Amino acid sequence: MNFEKQKQSNTFPLKPNQKDKTMNFEKLTSILKNNIRQYAMALTLVLIMILFQILTNGVLFSPINITHLIQQNSYVLILAVGMLLIILTGNVDLSVGSTAAFIGAVGAIFMIKMNISVPIAILLCLIIGALVGAWQGYWIAYVKIPSFIVTLAGMLVFRGLTMVILKGQTLAPFEKSFQFIASGFLPESIKIGNLNFIAILVGILLSLLFIFLEFSNIKNKKKYNFETLPLGFTITKIIIIIIGINLLTYNLAAYKGIPVVLVLIISLIVIYTFITQKTIAGRHIYAVGGNEKAARLSGIKTHRVLFWVYVNMGVLAALAGLVVAGRLNAATPKAGTNFELDAIASCFIGGASSTGGIGKIIGAIIGALVMGVLNNGMSIMGVGIDWQQTIKGLVLLAAVAFDVYTKSKTNGE
Amino acid sequence: MSNYILEMNHITKTFGSLKALDDVNLKIKAGEIHALVGENGAGKSTLMNILSGVYPHGSYTGEILFKEKECRFKDIRDSEKLGIVIIHQELALIPYLSIAENIFLGNERAKSGIIDWDETRLKAKELLGTVGLTEDPTTLISNLGVGKQQLIEISKALSKDVKLLILDEPTAALNDEDSDKLLNLILELKEKGVTSILISHKLNEVSKVADQITILRDGKTISTLTKGVDEINEDIIIKGMVGRDMSDRFPPRKPKIGDLLFEVKDWTVYHPQNSDRKVINNIHFNLRKGEIIGFAGLMGAGRTELAMSLFGKSYGQNISGTAYINNKKVELNTVSQAIKHGLAYVTEDRKTYGLILIDTIKNNISITNLKKVSKNNIINEQKENLVIEKYREKFNIKSSSILHQAGQLSGGNQQKVVLSKWIFAEPDILILDEPTRGIDVGAKYEMYTIINQLANEGKGIIFISSEMVELLGICDRIYVVNEGEIAGELLRSEATQENIMKCIMNHSRGEQHNEF
Repeated sequence: MNFEKQKQSNTFPLKPNQKDKTMNFEKLTSILKNNIRQYAMALTLVLIMILFQILTNGVLFSPINITHLIQQNSYVLILAVGMLLIILTGNVDLSVGSTAAFIGAVGAIFMIKMNISVPIAILLCLIIGALVGAWQGYWIAYVKIPSFIVTLAGMLVFRGLTMVILKGQTLAPFEKSFQFIASGFLPESIKIGNLNFIAILVGILLSLLFIFLEFSNIKNKKKYNFETLPLGFTITKIIIIIIGINLLTYNLAAYKGIPVVLVLIISLIVIYTFITQKTIAGRHIYAVGGNEKAARLSGIKTHRVLFWVYVNMGVLAALAGLVVAGRLNAATPKAGTNFELDAIASCFIGGASSTGGIGKIIGAIIGALVMGVLNNGMSIMGVGIDWQQTIKGLVLLAAVAFDVYTKSKTNGE
Repeated sequence: MSNYILEMNHITKTFGSLKALDDVNLKIKAGEIHALVGENGAGKSTLMNILSGVYPHGSYTGEILFKEKECRFKDIRDSEKLGIVIIHQELALIPYLSIAENIFLGNERAKSGIIDWDETRLKAKELLGTVGLTEDPTTLISNLGVGKQQLIEISKALSKDVKLLILDEPTAALNDEDSDKLLNLILELKEKGVTSILISHKLNEVSKVADQITILRDGKTISTLTKGVDEINEDIIIKGMVGRDMSDRFPPRKPKIGDLLFEVKDWTVYHPQNSDRKVINNIHFNLRKGEIIGFAGLMGAGRTELAMSLFGKSYGQNISGTAYINNKKVELNTVSQAIKHGLAYVTEDRKTYGLILIDTIKNNISITNLKKVSKNNIINEQKENLVIEKYREKFNIKSSSILHQAGQLSGGNQQKVVLSKWIFAEPDILILDEPTRGIDVGAKYEMYTIINQLANEGKGIIFISSEMVELLGICDRIYVVNEGEIAGELLRSEATQENIMKCIMNHSRGEQHNEF
């Protein structure tokens, strides 16, 4: 009833001619309130980084550790991207860790036992990953068995098959060219002093790209009279992000340059951000998660959406499995244990809703980085696995509790 | 001594900077039925939430006197202790518990924590008798229709020894027959000394049963009318509610009826779970360009089932029959096929089937036809923004921008979004299922205007409604549906409430064809 009126009056658009300072402030707080989760998580990530930078006496941001941080966490970042799409539809996938191990094992058989060339072996592995996803997607989308159960079964099945294929043994080593994906670097050609030129250049280009995107976004919003942040705020945001990007590339430049896997991850982020935000397929995924019945009655083939989201997850799990195998330079029966939990936690820390329909790729990435920095920072400090787990668990709970709390606040309950 | 059972004096309640209630006074005489009417957002529910303790004492100003004693309720329990029971619009029954368990939920017949099932059932049976139900108290709630569930809610209230019963839109989801039963029950309870407050949008009911009517508008009491003292008719009430004359509740329209557009023959549908049960039996109907046809009938007659089975077989199984559009036979096997052939179905349940409540107005509207604003499957957001903004302006959807969350809109505006979404799909045939349910008089008028415009553009409209007055006011032709069959077809000139009811009665008695 009257709540609605009140809400409307609070969020009603402010005419451009209302240049009053207090209005600007109100506008800012209302926008911050609406996006509190995104900003809060990004801020938390920065704070955690600064905290560990101090606690580890500067080791966290040392060039070698930054490179390790990226390579160590590459698998979570890859899985988090696929998992976000699944969580957007209101489902979950518990099998990704087992699938990753399974594909690692299959890849090892292809490359080490059967001597199939690396590119073909990789392609075959990705196809098998897609088939694994199709298998699960079939049961979930068409037979309508809850995803929790199907993927729990998948978790057992593919872990079991991994052990069957490897006969409980570890298979190693892989060819050099395969290891390159997980632990290689872009070739260094020119050096400026001690620094890798390509890394520095990439940093500058990314900064310019970001500035361009940010301003074209604002221009569009203004055109349709949508809420925009005050210019000062935008500029601060841009400066912080540019510092972040260039700090990262500078550090990478000071070590061995840009890791190959970082290129892979950034491409995935860009591609999937585009898919989720700009394409019909992406809109359909959000719609299915937001209200499946309404989506179906709007002409969306909801089964098909669900099926393909799982196929996609299968491919990304396969990719993660290959990266892990390449990094360890071995396929082991225990690989990928608990990966699914890290990926799911990343999405929820990054603001995805457990009932579906809400969440962003960049959020899941931030969530994965929060977990990664916590892991890495605590490892450097010599904190045992026992306490690391405890702390990660509490962070997950705190992030979601914060989400629930802010939502109930904005809903005026 | 005053004979008021309840006095609410100078009640003012604010949310933030907004005054929801502004010095409202409500006086209820013992043993009367008092109706509370007003548009959505006028403050009816807020007032009742204060009375029942949902908003505790201290969160508002003013005083509440119940039986001449001042009350300061901290929560609902406090008000229930005094016998003030509120029955909300959304029923609060648990579907997989029995009638008896639901009636005594939170008020169990128990000794030291152990439930006395014999007494529970016996008492439940008695209570069911008083509301005129013969169901076994062990029947599960999920097996009952909405009308009976409403009666169970009332017996639940009676089990608490109710003195003042508050009914919030009790007949919103009921058809005319069930509504009559419910209203008669309220009248019976009045004989037994129960005072009732009735909140309703259906003004014919209000003027029928209410002894006094209080009209609220924008958080203020406009007037209180007393039966027998003041002149009471729907026009006077509407004028009080909207603050202006609404001489005609239906916008005028000159029908421009064209060629045959849509024809359905031998349409038969079986129940989705029970393959032996025919829900729709051999239905024929047709629709012309620019025509508005109505489907009248009682709740459960099969109108929604018919519509949904036509719309991409979204309901039922073993569907047989043929559909023709522009004299060409068409297959309507999936929703996307139906949309492609120019069909659109505006659901009766906008929250469950119509809207993605957590998403924006923009995304809700464009979802039916994203191709229209994209190229190579990539959405052109600039184009999308422009087009959707036009819809927002054209249909007067009250919101901050097209990025406003659909769940935060009022019922009427939500309905406009659902309608926009289907107009965006550019259909030729629009099936509107209860498009005005739960929205206020002003929004209804706007809705009718839009429907008329669509018809004048040459689209065919199928209008399903449980409010006969509405069908009579809007439709060029009315099909009466009963028990999954067409019980009769009435032209505008011959359609009256009595004729529609006669059709239904005759059909139920087994006389297939009605001639007028």
